[in-house]
Amino acid sequence: MRHLSRRIGFYLVALWASVTLNFLIPRLTPGNPAGSMMARLHGRVSPQSLHALEIAFGITHDPLWSQYLQYLNNLLHGDLGISITYYPTPVAAVIAQEIPWTLMLVGVSLVISFVLGTLLGVLVAWRRNSTLDSLFSPLFTFFSAIPYFWLALILLYILGYLLNWFPINGGYDTTTTVPELSPDFIWSAFQHGILPAFTIVISSIAGWLLGMRNAMITTLSEDYVLMAEAKGLSQRRIMFAYAARNAILPNITSFALSLGFVVSGALLTEIVFSYPGIGYALYQAVENLDYALLQGLFLIIAIAVLGANFLADLIYVALDPRVRLERN
Amino acid sequence: MTSIRPGEDSTATTNKLLEINNISVDYYAASGTVHALNDVSISLERGKILGLAGESGSGKSTLAYAITRLLHPPAVITGGEVLYYPRSSGGREQQRTPRRAITRVPTRPDTTPAPTDAESAGDGNQRGRERSGYQAQNSPGDITEPVDILQLTAAQLRTFRWSELAIVFQSAMNALNPVLNIGAQITDVLRTHRPSMGADSRRQRALELLRLVGIAPDRIRSYPHELSGGMRQRAIIAIALALAPELIIMDEPTTALDVVVQREILELVRALCREFGMALIFITHDLSLLLEIADEIAIMYAGRIVETATNQELLRQPRHPYSYGLLNSFPSLHGPRRKMTGIPGSPPDLRAVPAGCAFHPRCPMAFEACSRSIPMLRASTAETPEQLVACHLYDPRFNSGEIPTSEDFAAKYEANFEAMIGKRRE
Amino acid sequence: MSIPSFEVNLPSSETSEFSSQVHRLRDMWRLVTLNRKVAFGLGILVFFVLVAIFGPIILTKDPNAFSPDILSPPSATHWLGTTQTGQDVFLQVVVGTRVSLLLGFITGLVATIISVVVGLAGGYFGGVIDDVLSMVTNVFLVLPGLPLAIVLAAFLPYKGPLTIGFVTVITGWSWGARVLRSQTLSMRSREFVEASKASGESSMRIIFFEILPNEIAIVAAELLGTIIYAILAETGLEYLGLGDVTTVSWGTMFYWAGNNDAILLGAWWWILPPGLCIAVLGAGLAFINFGIDEIANPRLRKEPGPKVDKISKTREVAA
Repeated sequence: MRHLSRRIGFYLVALWASVTLNFLIPRLTPGNPAGSMMARLHGRVSPQSLHALEIAFGITHDPLWSQYLQYLNNLLHGDLGISITYYPTPVAAVIAQEIPWTLMLVGVSLVISFVLGTLLGVLVAWRRNSTLDSLFSPLFTFFSAIPYFWLALILLYILGYLLNWFPINGGYDTTTTVPELSPDFIWSAFQHGILPAFTIVISSIAGWLLGMRNAMITTLSEDYVLMAEAKGLSQRRIMFAYAARNAILPNITSFALSLGFVVSGALLTEIVFSYPGIGYALYQAVENLDYALLQGLFLIIAIAVLGANFLADLIYVALDPRVRLERN
Repeated sequence: MTSIRPGEDSTATTNKLLEINNISVDYYAASGTVHALNDVSISLERGKILGLAGESGSGKSTLAYAITRLLHPPAVITGGEVLYYPRSSGGREQQRTPRRAITRVPTRPDTTPAPTDAESAGDGNQRGRERSGYQAQNSPGDITEPVDILQLTAAQLRTFRWSELAIVFQSAMNALNPVLNIGAQITDVLRTHRPSMGADSRRQRALELLRLVGIAPDRIRSYPHELSGGMRQRAIIAIALALAPELIIMDEPTTALDVVVQREILELVRALCREFGMALIFITHDLSLLLEIADEIAIMYAGRIVETATNQELLRQPRHPYSYGLLNSFPSLHGPRRKMTGIPGSPPDLRAVPAGCAFHPRCPMAFEACSRSIPMLRASTAETPEQLVACHLYDPRFNSGEIPTSEDFAAKYEANFEAMIGKRRE
Repeated sequence: MSIPSFEVNLPSSETSEFSSQVHRLRDMWRLVTLNRKVAFGLGILVFFVLVAIFGPIILTKDPNAFSPDILSPPSATHWLGTTQTGQDVFLQVVVGTRVSLLLGFITGLVATIISVVVGLAGGYFGGVIDDVLSMVTNVFLVLPGLPLAIVLAAFLPYKGPLTIGFVTVITGWSWGARVLRSQTLSMRSREFVEASKASGESSMRIIFFEILPNEIAIVAAELLGTIIYAILAETGLEYLGLGDVTTVSWGTMFYWAGNNDAILLGAWWWILPPGLCIAVLGAGLAFINFGIDEIANPRLRKEPGPKVDKISKTREVAA
C-alpha cells in the first residue's frame, strides 16, 4: 500500500507538471503567436470565453499567479477554450468527440501488441538456439526501427490503394452509415480500423517481443528455474509459472515507460489514415495553429498516458509480491 | 555397507540404491575444454549418508547435477552410467504409487512390503506400500533391476524426478520462485506427481511438511522474501521431502547460513534421514561437517575421487595426502599443539590439469611416478580393503617402501612448510 | 570452514592500472568486432555516414531544382523518380541524408550528455539531489514525448532544425538518465568506489574516472537508442511541417509527399526511399545495441560448443 500511495503521489505531481507546462509554454516562448488568433476571435465569442482564452495564452496583464489560478479554475470546469479549426465548438467538445476513436484504436492495438509480443517472446526464448530465434530476433529488431508513419504509408499504399483490401481513410464510411450502435456502423468502423491497428501492432510489438525474450533468457538461467526442472514439473508450468511470471515484470515496467512513445506513434498513424481520433485533431491543430486545441490535446494525452502508467503500476504490484511490503 | 568397487557384481546386495559408473563430464568453453569429471565411480546404499568433499572446482557439484541430469550446455556428459535401483519390483511405472505419508509415527518392526490399500495423506483409493523407517532396507523381495538415469526418456525422467530423487540447492533464496508462496511451491510438486490428490489433501500435506521442518503453519502463504535465511533453507528441505524420495542430494545446504542455524539444519537433516530411511548425498567443502554426519565420505580433487572411506576410517587414518591435508587444516579443540600448515598451492585450472596425479604439484609425498601416471581408485591396504584411495603410495608397483602413516604425513607437510617459509625469506 | 592455502610463488609484480585499461579496451574491441550483430550494424552506420559526408560532394546538382518530369517513376535519368515539382528523389534522399543524420546525431549526443550528467549525479550523490533529479526525470519520462514536442514546436516562432533539435532533446534525455541513475546507484556501493572515496579522491574524479568508464557500454547503448529516437522524432515533426520545409531532409520529403497526396497519386517512389533509409539506419543502430546487450550480459550470447548429444540435451529431451 505504501508503494502504491507513493506512486499515486508521483502521478499527481506529474499531472501538476503537465498542467503547469501547458500554462507556461505560451508564456515562455518568444513572440505572441496567439495574439493574432485572438484578434480574429474578438467580437465573435462570449467575453468569458475570450477571457478564458486570454488566460490560457497568457495575453492578459493580470499578475502571473492570478492567471495561474484562473487557468486552473477553468480547467476544473472543463473549459479548455474554443477551437478555431472547429469553430465555434469548444475544445473540450472536440476532444470528447474524437477521443473514443483513439481510445478504441490505441487500446485494442496496445493490448494485442503487448500480449502477442510477450507470448512470442516467451516462445522465442524457450527455443533459444533454434531457427525461430535466429529468424525472429533480427527481423523484429528491424521492425522496431521502422517509423510509424512510414509503415502506415506503405501499408496504406499497398493494402489500401493498390490491392484495395481496406479502406484508405476515415474511421467509418461516411456515405453509408452514421455513428450509432448498428451492425453496419460497427462493421464499417472495424474495417476502417484494421490498417491503423495493424500498423501500430507491427511497430510496437518488436519492443515487447525482444524485451520479453531477453528477460526470459536471463530468468531461465536462474536457480529457481533449475529447481523447477529438478522437481519434474511440466514444461508448461516451468515456462509460465516460473520463468515467464518473473520475466514479465521488467517487461511491464518497460511497457509503462514506452507508452508515451507508442501513443505518439499511434497519433502519427492516425494522421496518415485520416482516422478521426486525437492524432488527426492534433494535425489539424498544428496546420491551423489552433493553439487552444493544441494545448487541450496535449493535456488530455498527458492525462491518458499517466493513467495508463498508473494502471501498469497496479498490475505490477499485483504480480510482484516483493513490492507489496514496505520498501526499505 | 561401504562402496562396492566398480565393476563388481551388484545384484547380490539388495541394499544398493545408486551406482555411478565411470561418469565423465566436459565443459566446452571458448578457451578450451574443461574436464570437470573424469571417470568417477561410486555407489550408495539405501538410507546411508554419503558426503562429497572437495575444494571449489573439484567437481562435486557437477557430479550432483550430472546424476540428476540437470547439466545444461556447455556441459556435456561424455560417458558413464548412473544406475538407480528402484524399490518396487514391477518396473518404473509403479513408482507413482504413493508411499506412506510422512508423519511423526514411530517406526514399526514389521518390514514385509505387502500391497495393501493403505491410506496415504487422506487419499484412500490408491494402492500404497508401507515403508517403515530405515529397517525397510533389509526387506527381502526387492527385485533390484537397475535403471540408467542417463538413458531415461523425457517422460520417464519427469516422473522419476522428485519422487525418487530430490535435490536441495545451495542458495535457498535463489532456488525459490520469488513470485509464488512456499505453500504453492510445495503443492505444485504434489499436483504434478500425485494427480489424484485433491486440493485439500495437498494442503494438508504441505502443512505437515512445514511442521516437519519446523516452520509455523501460518507461513504457508508466505513468500520467499518474507522468510529468514534459515527458514528458507527449511522450506527447501520441506519441498524436497514432499514426495518422500529415496535419495536427496544436498549441495552445500548450510554454506550461506550462520553457524547456529547451520547446526539446526544439520540436526534436522540427520533426524529426517534417520526417520524416513532416506539416502543422502551431502556435498560440501567443509569436511568437519561430514565427519559428523556422513556414513561414508568421498573426497574429490580436480574431477576425480581420490579417496572413499567411512567417517571413522577417514578420521582414524586418512590415506590420501590430500585428505590428510584437508583434515588437518582446521584446528581441533583437543590434542597436542601443532603447526597449522594447510595445503600449499591452489587447485589446478581444469583446462590444464597436471600430468599424472593432479595433486602431485602440491603433494609433499610426491615422487617420480606421480607425474607420470594417473593413480586409479583402489583398495588402500589389505587390512582396510574397503577404504579406497587413488594414490601411488599404496600401489606396490610404484611404491616399494612403507605405506605412510599420519605421522609421516604430518612430518612431510611440516617439512614442506618450513622449506617454503625459508625460501620466502630469501 | 575454508582450507587455508597460500601461493608458493609470491606474485611480486603489480599489474599497472594503465596496462589493465589497455587490456580492457582491447578485449572490448575484440568482442565488438567479433559479434556479428554489432559488425552488421556498424556496417550500416558507416555506410550512411559515408553517404552523408560524400554524397552532397559527389552529387553537386541542386536537389531543389525543378524539372519538367513531374511525378515520374524511377527511370534511367531519375533513379528514384521525381516529385510533384519534378525534383529528383534520389538526389533529395542523398542530400537529405546529411541533414537528417547530422541533426539526429547532434540531438542524440546532447540528450545523452544531459542524461549522463543527471543520471550520474543523482545516482552518486543521493539524498536531496537525487530526489529532485529523479523526480524531474520521472516526470519527463512519463509525459508523452511527441505531443509535448509538437506543442513546444508550434509555439516557438522559428520553425527549423534548431527548434526541432531543441524539443527533441527536451523529450529525449529522460530515458537515459533513469537507466544511468540506477546503474550508478548499484556502482556506488561497490568496493572500488569506497576505496577511492577513502583515499580522498574528489567526487568529480570518482564520477568521471571511476564510475563512468565502467558504464561505457550502457552509455553507448543509450547514445544509440537516443539517436534512433531523435531521428524518428525529428522526422515525425518535420512531417507535420514543424521543421524548415525549404531544406531537404528525409522528414521534409515526407511533408511534401504528404501535402501533395503522393499516396493517392500512386507515387510510391517518393515515400519509400526516405522511410527505408530511416528504417535501415535505425535497424543498424538497433543491431549495434542488441550486440552491446549481448556483450554486456554474457547470458544472452549464443552458447559455444559442439552439437550436444542426446544425453545432455536435457531441455530438448524433456521438451
